[in-house]
Amino acid sequence: MFLQQLINGLVLGSTYALIALGYTMVYGIIELINFAHGEIYMFGAFVGMILVTVYQFPFFLAFFIAMALASLLGITVEFLAYRPLRRSTRLAALISAIGASIFLQNLALLIMGARPYTFPSPFAPMVYKTSLVTISRVELIILIVSFLLMLGLTFLIQKTKIGIAMRATAQDKDTASLMGININKVITITFAVGSALGAAAGVMVGIYFRTVTPMMGLMPGLKGFVAAVLGGIGSIPGAMLGGLLLGVAEVMGAAYISSQYRDAVAFAILIIVLLFKPSGLIGKSLQVKV
Amino acid sequence: MISAYHLQIIILVGINIIMATSLNLITGFTGQLSIGHAAFMSIGAYASALVTLKLGFPFIASLLCGALVAGFFGILIGVPTLKLKGDYLAIATLGFGEIVRIVFLNLEITGGAVGLRGIPKITTLLWVVIAVLVTLFTLNRILKSRVGRAFIAIREDETAAESMGINTTYYKIVSFGVGAFFAGLGGGLFSHYFQYIHPGSFGFLRSIEHLCMVVLGGLGNLWGSVIGAAALTAIPELLRASADYRQLFYGAILVIMMRVRPQGLLGETSVSRSFLQGESILKRMNINKKSGL
Repeated sequence: MFLQQLINGLVLGSTYALIALGYTMVYGIIELINFAHGEIYMFGAFVGMILVTVYQFPFFLAFFIAMALASLLGITVEFLAYRPLRRSTRLAALISAIGASIFLQNLALLIMGARPYTFPSPFAPMVYKTSLVTISRVELIILIVSFLLMLGLTFLIQKTKIGIAMRATAQDKDTASLMGININKVITITFAVGSALGAAAGVMVGIYFRTVTPMMGLMPGLKGFVAAVLGGIGSIPGAMLGGLLLGVAEVMGAAYISSQYRDAVAFAILIIVLLFKPSGLIGKSLQVKV
Repeated sequence: MISAYHLQIIILVGINIIMATSLNLITGFTGQLSIGHAAFMSIGAYASALVTLKLGFPFIASLLCGALVAGFFGILIGVPTLKLKGDYLAIATLGFGEIVRIVFLNLEITGGAVGLRGIPKITTLLWVVIAVLVTLFTLNRILKSRVGRAFIAIREDETAAESMGINTTYYKIVSFGVGAFFAGLGGGLFSHYFQYIHPGSFGFLRSIEHLCMVVLGGLGNLWGSVIGAAALTAIPELLRASADYRQLFYGAILVIMMRVRPQGLLGETSVSRSFLQGESILKRMNINKKSGL
């Protein structure tokens, strides 16, 4: 029972981790909570669902197209709603981000309607059983794909030239730009990569819960953010750890405490983390110098 | 005379004026972005409705009771979270708002997802007008006092305010408590007019609606919020725009206003340049590093 819950938590948590990565990367570079990230996740799920159901695309092709289109959307949001405000205060940028989120959510609501769509499972409903746990094929695929994406991201950040540029920009924008790094390009790529990961999470949640709705981004978006804060915002391994922990905590909370307060678990964790360790589990502590 | 429909719009305008001005106190004047203002409204709405229904309080007592309970929760949530800065605070208020909604959804006394029905309809136009005047008068007096100047100092520069001897955490909590108190008052008027409340009436989008009113009218401008609340309540109703378009419009307002006129329609002189149009974060970080400021 406990092991089974742990597996379920990890499956859910790996999708939170993917969402959290998008938040944390953007925050690391421009110190802005990208509120529209949950909507990009929703957009990814819709693109995947439409390609699979309407155009009969094979699942993994649809998956990659969803990631690519979500990258474009992420770049567009950055360009329209955040870039003009780069010289404004954080409050203005934050309000603009909230506005972008509400706008995208309601645009989807207008175009797609409020009714939930079914995402047909592209995999045969196979179940692997051992004496202790049962894991379905979809769950296994979610775990493997998330793991591969996180591995890929770590490689990108640690080993490639653009990854080094991202880390340099996150550390010190001015010095990075003096070293010949094109900051705007780095920000664009950061949004693209973060949005692609968010869309990947959206598609996988789509096949996991089999439904896609315009409002589906709100809660996972918020929880992805909580996961990023839990791990330490700005830290990439932190987002991965935070996502997994949050997923496990949520499933355990629903199983052992009360399923009605399932969604409250994440926010309670958020407030506790903010109170006792705002820098998160593996985040750098931010100091205000006077 | 005015039809019942128009009366309802006017009453909603009044309630939204209370909500927007009280949020403006927190966000516009004290500079603390709160995106969970509807949570305080819901606390006030439920608390006042419950004391009316279960204990038979007279209206003014239940209104006061709702406002006090909301104010109490404002302080309760403010004490730990107001040590946080900027974006963290915004997220904490959002989390708080969601927790409040989920708690109301699961409590027995509040009727769970079904909500509370059969609240007597006591709120009249007169009550709303009096409540709006009391709110505006009180907020105006607070803002013109020493306390109000402390709020604005915190908004302009928290570090500088602190070094001038302002206990920033204390004043932020006061601002939060007062804002929540009036939000609770608005909630009490709301529940005693519509006679029926449920957790869905006070979700995240309701908080965004209030924020929109403040942003449109001008952060840090009390009269701006009055106009923002009136415009954003009455215009969509009169145009009979569907609720879907309304939300889309709110999103666009937030983005466009921040881009084109961050100080709001009326905010020209009220908000200093450094607050909304100051140097970029980038530049400021750089200065901080070099001068050790």
